[in-house]
Amino acid sequence: MSASEENPLLDEFTRKEYEFGFTTDIAADKLEPGLNEGVIRLISSKKNEPEWMLQWRLEAFRIWQTMEEPDWAHVNYEKPDYQAISYYSAPKSKVPLGSLDEVDPEMRATMDKLGISMEEQKRLSGVAVDFVMDSVSVATSFKDKLADLGIIFCSMSEAIQEHPELVRKHIGSVVPVKDNFFSALNSAVFTDGSFCYIPKGSKCPMELSTYFRINEAGTGQFERTLLIAEEGSYVSYLEGCTAPQRDENQLHAAVVELIAKDDAEIKYSTVQNWYPGDAEGKGGVFNFVTKRGICEARAKISWTQVETGSAVTWKYPSCILKGDGSIGEFYSVAVTNNAQQADTGTKMIHLGANTHSTIISKGISAGNSQNSYRGLVQIGPRARHARNFSQCDSLLMTDTSGAHTFPYIETKNPTAHVEHEATTSRIGEDQIFYCLQRGLTEEQAIGLIVNGYAKEVLNKLPMEFAVEARKLLTISLEGSVG
Amino acid sequence: MLKIDNLHARIGDTEILKGLSLELGAGEVHAIMGPNGSGKSTLASILAGREDYEVTQGSISFDGVDLLELDATERAVAGIFLAFQYPVEIPGVSNINFLRTALNSIREQREEEPLSGKDFLAKVKACAQLVELDGKLRDRSVNEGFSGGEKKRNEVFQMAMLEPKLAVLDETDSGLDIDALRIVAHGVNSMRGADRSFLVITHYQRLLDHIVPDFVHVLAGGRIVHSGGKELALELEEKGYDWIVDAEAAEQA
Repeated sequence: MSASEENPLLDEFTRKEYEFGFTTDIAADKLEPGLNEGVIRLISSKKNEPEWMLQWRLEAFRIWQTMEEPDWAHVNYEKPDYQAISYYSAPKSKVPLGSLDEVDPEMRATMDKLGISMEEQKRLSGVAVDFVMDSVSVATSFKDKLADLGIIFCSMSEAIQEHPELVRKHIGSVVPVKDNFFSALNSAVFTDGSFCYIPKGSKCPMELSTYFRINEAGTGQFERTLLIAEEGSYVSYLEGCTAPQRDENQLHAAVVELIAKDDAEIKYSTVQNWYPGDAEGKGGVFNFVTKRGICEARAKISWTQVETGSAVTWKYPSCILKGDGSIGEFYSVAVTNNAQQADTGTKMIHLGANTHSTIISKGISAGNSQNSYRGLVQIGPRARHARNFSQCDSLLMTDTSGAHTFPYIETKNPTAHVEHEATTSRIGEDQIFYCLQRGLTEEQAIGLIVNGYAKEVLNKLPMEFAVEARKLLTISLEGSVG
Repeated sequence: MLKIDNLHARIGDTEILKGLSLELGAGEVHAIMGPNGSGKSTLASILAGREDYEVTQGSISFDGVDLLELDATERAVAGIFLAFQYPVEIPGVSNINFLRTALNSIREQREEEPLSGKDFLAKVKACAQLVELDGKLRDRSVNEGFSGGEKKRNEVFQMAMLEPKLAVLDETDSGLDIDALRIVAHGVNSMRGADRSFLVITHYQRLLDHIVPDFVHVLAGGRIVHSGGKELALELEEKGYDWIVDAEAAEQA
């Protein structure tokens, strides 16, 4: 049994509509499509930015104009027309909000539909949420509590106003403007994002969380996140997304920069569920993200991601292990279904001595999708006794889907110890039948098997997130065995 | 409780069962023996609802229900359990979580309340003792890294947890040393009762020293060719299958 016509569940699934596919009708303050210096000046002035920020953006724009969109990834898509995108859209409420009651009721309803209402988040989980709808943060909670510890957690726009010296010093220091086509674009036109600063020796007492959401039709989403953990500090940061259904492609080109000073630790967890498009892949989100962190001595950065959404994903959360004894980790589950394409992985750049990195990547391919792991482990000449362990597993749910692994290893120090393991398996009819025979339904069986397969990664997520991620995996793959 | 009538089944173009008939009463233990390739495991798979096989003729009724109309899950809910010849590994899924999901799924489909955590654990403890399954095996991933004997004990443990009406044991004795065989047989014997039937598929008579059947059938060439009491097993052990198969062939000719 392999062809889809023999599996009615597969057909049913393929026809199943994206559950979070709804749009919110909020009057938006939106720029006409197109990108030029004038647009950048307008964005900057709307946000009342200082001159240095504007100059930085303009320089980025000049650099971007000289660059070409990369095409080395194992993905196929029609390149966006960058002049057809509107680069700014802000919900119209202009006055800063003092409490949740002041939030636009319709926006509140959207949050409720997503099951992530602010109150619920506040009440149930003690998570501070910086909710980003379209490009501007609309509400932030727990700020006062964090402020007592000297922790700054706010929107990027606010940080540029309130903490310009911190932003100016660090922005672009980990992901340079000219790093790649999308980072240059983001640097020129980013509208908002999150900023987080953890002072020396401070342990952030709660998980910091941001929910991103694309809402405005035809609006690009260019998030900019900057997270600075000073010496000996600790923070766990969560990022999760859903997006409403769209007929035209939506571009999402975010940049995330993490800075972990000596002995600091940053845990960065993502659940990504952008709209993947219809069964043919039409209308899904293009997710072209640059995420990178730098570790000073004995610092640790841990990336954990559960990627189930987007039509095309291009994403390599990376660690520069600059300081001696620093640690980088990457735990990933990437699910692709229908016509989705994902090219994701990590880069572990070992510069310091005794640096360690761990890569655990679990790909799951269903439908006609293509799922690639692409990872670079680079050991520099000074990185004595550097160690890496990589494990890349692929699970195929159908024989019409593809799983690919592109590992790159570059070692310039003979004392390095690099291990790479890779497996590819087909979800077993035997496993499913075993479950069915014990009374499980096919959905339950797939959910159980897939969650078991991804367990090593899911276990790295904070509790509330892990529950959500497990559900998401099961929902994403319902009836997809062919 | 189980009535198989003139069952014909094939996989691809190969016909494996060619008119198999068999009847099991409630509380009875039937053993099926037979040479390799006679269709023993096919029978087990078909009873459990494996879709690789196509039933071309005949019927199976279970408690008055047409079994062939039910899918594998529905059969489990109806009370059929198959102890696999080769139990399957499910990495990352703990044995205990697997069983709890299974048990509560069955209960839900029977419109019963899920078992409380406390009751579930009490049951786990009792059933695990039955087959001397230690705590580590209960918490480890389903069958992953289990020895052959541990896998078979785990099957009987699951059977005890799910309390089926009909348990089909597919070569549960294969790969077992004598101690493990005794433990497995003890588990099965403890579960014998007036409302539970067993179909014990085996190659060797030695299992039947421990699980004493009410009836023994010889399956050869896709049909039951001979039936008798428990003493038939001994006779088969001594003389092999050829005399029956030859006699059958002679009769056919």
